[in-house]
Amino acid sequence: MHNFVYERANSADNAMDLGHRDGAAILAGGTELLNWMRIGIESPDLLVDIRDLGHLDRIEEIEGGLRIGALCRLNDVACHPAIKRDFPVLSSAILQSASAQLRNLATIGGNPLQRVRCPYFREETVNACNKRHAGSGCAAYEGHNERMAIFGWTPECVAVQPSDPAVAFAALDAVVIVQSTDGTRRIPMREFHVLPDEDPSAHSVLGRGELITGIEISTPAPHSAYLKVRERQSYEYALVSAAVTLDLDGETIRNARIALGSVAMRPWRLLATEDLLVGKRLGSKDIAEAVDAGFAEARALSGNAYKITLARNAALRAIELASEN
Amino acid sequence: MSASARSQTIDISLTVNGRPVQASVEPRLSLLDFLREELDLTGAKKGCNRGECGTCTVLVDGRRVNSCLVLAASASNHEVVTVEGLAKDGELHPVQQAFIEADALQCGFCTSGQIISAVACIEEGHAGSTEEIREWMSGNLCRCSCYPQIAEAVEMAARRMEADNA
Ligand SMILES: Cc1cc2nc3c(=O)[nH]c(=O)nc-3n(C[C@H](O)[C@H](O)[C@H](O)COP(=O)(O)OP(=O)(O)OC[C@H]3O[C@@H](n4cnc5c(N)ncnc54)[C@H](O)[C@@H]3O)c2cc1C
Ligand code: FES
Ligand code: FES
Repeated sequence: MHNFVYERANSADNAMDLGHRDGAAILAGGTELLNWMRIGIESPDLLVDIRDLGHLDRIEEIEGGLRIGALCRLNDVACHPAIKRDFPVLSSAILQSASAQLRNLATIGGNPLQRVRCPYFREETVNACNKRHAGSGCAAYEGHNERMAIFGWTPECVAVQPSDPAVAFAALDAVVIVQSTDGTRRIPMREFHVLPDEDPSAHSVLGRGELITGIEISTPAPHSAYLKVRERQSYEYALVSAAVTLDLDGETIRNARIALGSVAMRPWRLLATEDLLVGKRLGSKDIAEAVDAGFAEARALSGNAYKITLARNAALRAIELASEN
Repeated sequence: MSASARSQTIDISLTVNGRPVQASVEPRLSLLDFLREELDLTGAKKGCNRGECGTCTVLVDGRRVNSCLVLAASASNHEVVTVEGLAKDGELHPVQQAFIEADALQCGFCTSGQIISAVACIEEGHAGSTEEIREWMSGNLCRCSCYPQIAEAVEMAARRMEADNA
């Protein structure tokens, strides 16, 4: 790891000021950043450690919901009583992320900023990856693409965003609160990540010097669930995942929100499905028809057609799980 | 790299296994390397240096973390416990004793990470059943695949510690 200057920010203003400097990077839990620095994905000259910003380390009630401070550790968010009770989809997504000890380090603000797990992106010597070197191409497009995208990809990038919590947040219509010296921005989690048709080299819309201060979730979603399908039962990234929230009137769906994970460069909402589910009865054959409609725009790569079936079935199963919660 | 980056050293002060420690470190030094190379506490192992294997697990302020993903500089003002700090007055910690009795190791490379992780797992209240232990211990890989014995050791220690506290 190349050496750098280390500073501890003593206020949010101080963090934004230091974070805006050339070659600066914010250090939260460090579980991504330190690995990037070892692989050579990033080589910042200045690390701005924000661990002392105690006011970002709390979960607070706000009008009709909760504001989760960016520095809250994943385990603390998942085990918070109000989150377990009102947002089981989020608690479950977090507890299926990484491992117990990583979740004690990893922060909720850093989590959606994790980058793609594409093996070409993570290589120490990179040949073709637009996310490592813009314009170099995408080796995965015609290479090992078994775990890559089935929605929203272009030949310039076929990688998927791997975060689990971000999928739950997308289903909950969560809002990322971002501060900079220019003021505050509120970015819906659904629009936080950048699809390759817009910019294949981008990861998120966060700009230099911008600090995530928290994530807001509003309407409680007690009938909600997160289903993660993976090659191992624990401590493994998703092949596909599905987050579902249901608003029920007895056995009838008043409103549904479905986000799929690890299928695109951002959590993928099945909007066509959500529209069709309104007024449908749980357990009826209408449910599968509605889910199929959401997959009309799915496109397989050479090696990942199985993910379309897997994601469809995961969505169906997650609807059942949400209705049982 | 700027000249200042090359020359910065940071004064840190922390507690390691109950003992106050002061040192001057390079910013890029990990807590794991600090423990192993500067303090000669080689219990925590460097398996992957990427947060993947769990052999480097230590407690910071009572919580288990991967010490390869913590900078020594970030650990300043915190309390660190490694496997070397578990035995008290020459008596093994109940988790250490249970690992011996359940034969929960072969080569032993993962063991200190497993033991520290198990101490935290029990303390967190995540040792209620074998399934729960397997889930909450999944961040500690064992290349010798002693998983059944490890889960058994954690369960044995958890039940004994509950009985002692009752
Ligand atoms: C072995 C392993 C397995 C994993 N498995 C999973 C998994 O199954 N599911 C999953 O979802 N994740 C998984 N992860 C990823 C992990 O959850 C993320 O690495 C973690 O959440 C990132 O948070 P952090 O606080 O450690 O971020 P850091 O590493 O500190 O930072 C990551 C990035 O975010 C920036 N940043 C952090 N906080 C802020 C802020 N407040 N404002 C602005 N910028 C900020 C940093 O500058 C950096 O660019 C895994 C990680 C590892 C190492
Ligand atoms: S050495 Fe830290 S997790 Fe492997
Ligand atoms: S005992 Fe050999 S790695 Fe676990």
